[in-house]
Amino acid sequence: MVAAIPDHGRRIVASVDRAARALGIFPGMTITKARSFAPGLEVVDAEPEADLEGLRRLALWAGQRYSPCVAPDPPDGIWLDITGCAHLFDSERALLKDLHRRVAAFGLSVQIAVADTAGCAHAVARHVPAGRPVTIEPGEHRKAMALLPIASLRLDPDVVEGLRKLGFERVEQLIGEPRAPLAKRFGRTLHRRLDQALGFVPEPLEPIFPDQLPRCRRGFVEPIATADAFNTVIGDLASDIVGQLARLGKGARRLDCYFHRVDGHAQAIRVGTAAPSRDPKHLAKLLSAKVETIDPGLGIEAMTLVTPLVEPMVARQGEGLESLGRRGPDLAALVDALANRFGQARLYRTAPNASTMPERSTRTAPALAPPDGNAWDDDLPRPSRMLNPPEPIDVTAMLPDHPPAMFVWRRKRFRVARADGPERLLGEWWREHGHEAGTPLAVRDYYQVETTAGGRYWLFRLGDGESPSTGPMRWFIHGAFA
Amino acid sequence: MRHSSILEDLRARIARIEGVCARHGSLPFGLDPIDRHLPGGGLAAGALHEIAGSPDLADDASATIFLAGILARIEGPVFWCLRWRDLFAPALHLAGLHPDRVIHVEAGSDANVLLAMEECLRHAGLAGVVGEVTKYSTTASKRLQLAAEASGVTAFVFRRASKAELAAEGTAAMTRWRIGAVPSEALGIPSLGRPRWEVVLERVRGSEPRSWIVEGCDAQGRIALPAALVDRPTAAEDRQAAA
Repeated sequence: MVAAIPDHGRRIVASVDRAARALGIFPGMTITKARSFAPGLEVVDAEPEADLEGLRRLALWAGQRYSPCVAPDPPDGIWLDITGCAHLFDSERALLKDLHRRVAAFGLSVQIAVADTAGCAHAVARHVPAGRPVTIEPGEHRKAMALLPIASLRLDPDVVEGLRKLGFERVEQLIGEPRAPLAKRFGRTLHRRLDQALGFVPEPLEPIFPDQLPRCRRGFVEPIATADAFNTVIGDLASDIVGQLARLGKGARRLDCYFHRVDGHAQAIRVGTAAPSRDPKHLAKLLSAKVETIDPGLGIEAMTLVTPLVEPMVARQGEGLESLGRRGPDLAALVDALANRFGQARLYRTAPNASTMPERSTRTAPALAPPDGNAWDDDLPRPSRMLNPPEPIDVTAMLPDHPPAMFVWRRKRFRVARADGPERLLGEWWREHGHEAGTPLAVRDYYQVETTAGGRYWLFRLGDGESPSTGPMRWFIHGAFA
Repeated sequence: MRHSSILEDLRARIARIEGVCARHGSLPFGLDPIDRHLPGGGLAAGALHEIAGSPDLADDASATIFLAGILARIEGPVFWCLRWRDLFAPALHLAGLHPDRVIHVEAGSDANVLLAMEECLRHAGLAGVVGEVTKYSTTASKRLQLAAEASGVTAFVFRRASKAELAAEGTAAMTRWRIGAVPSEALGIPSLGRPRWEVVLERVRGSEPRSWIVEGCDAQGRIALPAALVDRPTAAEDRQAAA
């Protein structure tokens, strides 16, 4: 299948899919010629405007999910500045995997490349058909560029053709060549593209923002470069945006603050809130906490604050004088401050989880979820420090149901003075075919033991002590009591 | 009359200079011998306290419940800043600390735990902030103490797996405790009685170090004195329950 555009009274191929490319059809060919390669070729009219709009939508989607700094790269790419975003997915590899999976799920064929410079990523994505995300390690982009063909430098086809006639095939050959004669013949673009790809000349992305979202911008007469100045501007921007949010009846859940550098680079900081917020002080404080990640370079000439994620938030009636003294702590502000430093997943409450196995009897709940009052059964003794996974120990005990008389844990010998038990827990047959740690139909007999020194531990035996089919009769320590 | 008011004023001033006055009130244990020994009649609120177990896991477990018992008796949310993932919430609930009240912060390292604690201590109205660390500097303890004084939130640094001989470093904390498990009362049947701890007050501003043997927390987080070990042999009550 190919898309066609009219050109001087004839129709030429604008873009091709994989099957057509395999047949030797490439963009720029006339449709008549393409048909001669494949009589059954399907031709649709190209819609460059719709393509651009689609790219923009894709870029905005990626901006929601991966990085605040995104830009469409017509005709067929998008840029994502993922600097400092990888930790949200644990690693860069996980981020790429997620991006690849999701874009492929849209029905698009996708090639992803990551590199130090935008030019290098662009070249690798288009000229290394790996089928999976390609990462050029930091500092390796020069080596990677050297092997690629001249066409990967984003040059006019005429220039590429001209260079080829002169015998230049790969970028490597171009790097060592004297510049003046080539520049005279092909113009300055050639070396600008080369330097951009190699990282000698910066290539800023012009980030795009979703429309209709509260946004405000401050431009400066003189560039600013100090954290104090940034914080002042952030304060101003926050109070501006809060005004816009209040008119819409919305509260911010996510804020992106863009710093436009004098050399055209845009950097961004992104913060999230646990609950929709319209408190300018709170929002400014969250942003200010991340200002040190910004590299001001020669100075920042403008700052933009956008709220990519907003949620409805109704105005609340102000509190009366008598309730002023009894107000609870402002937990949302504290939770946001901690979550933006350590990550949302590191901040949680625990809640009971219906499971017979103690290590699965707790689950995490969001820190600000409304309390439901649920808790565990009070009559079962549980250790305050749990070893997960349980550690194997050597035990002297009489079968089938006597508590241990002695155990060795971490090469230390503990003599048991008193004990209570057993509390028998049966494996959950509905999970993993009833297997628990590789044992089918696991039975655990738990004993609380007190050593001669007074320390209390929670030991269990895998198996019921009589039938070997219930477990291998090995002993484990699972925690320590108060 | 005049003289006594002058004396009162002087005493208050000295207390302020020494930093032992309970500006934010105090949290009594409800056990007379301990409360009488502590200046202010209990743990000072809005101050830093240090708690340690020992390299033995059972002692750390006891210290955890000792701490949970103190927090269970204060109103408000609790922030528990963690370095390890071995804290088991059902046990806190057994000591009276409901899971809805506790927000866990997995900070990951000593430095991050201290950072998280300091951030929490800036917010008034919390019941308490707990931080689990291996060691921390005197400077860090001063920062936490100042933050706690300013907001009135009580801070607890829980020194995990801390060896007794390393406790000599200086600290700005109001009190320093060491909790260890000791053998419990023999019941005469194959079962376990209420756990017993040796509670050592290693350091306290404005009083002397001392130690007690107590019985572990009940479901309301109260500790008790064992009947046989109450100082007075003629104690009328069987067991002196803590209020």
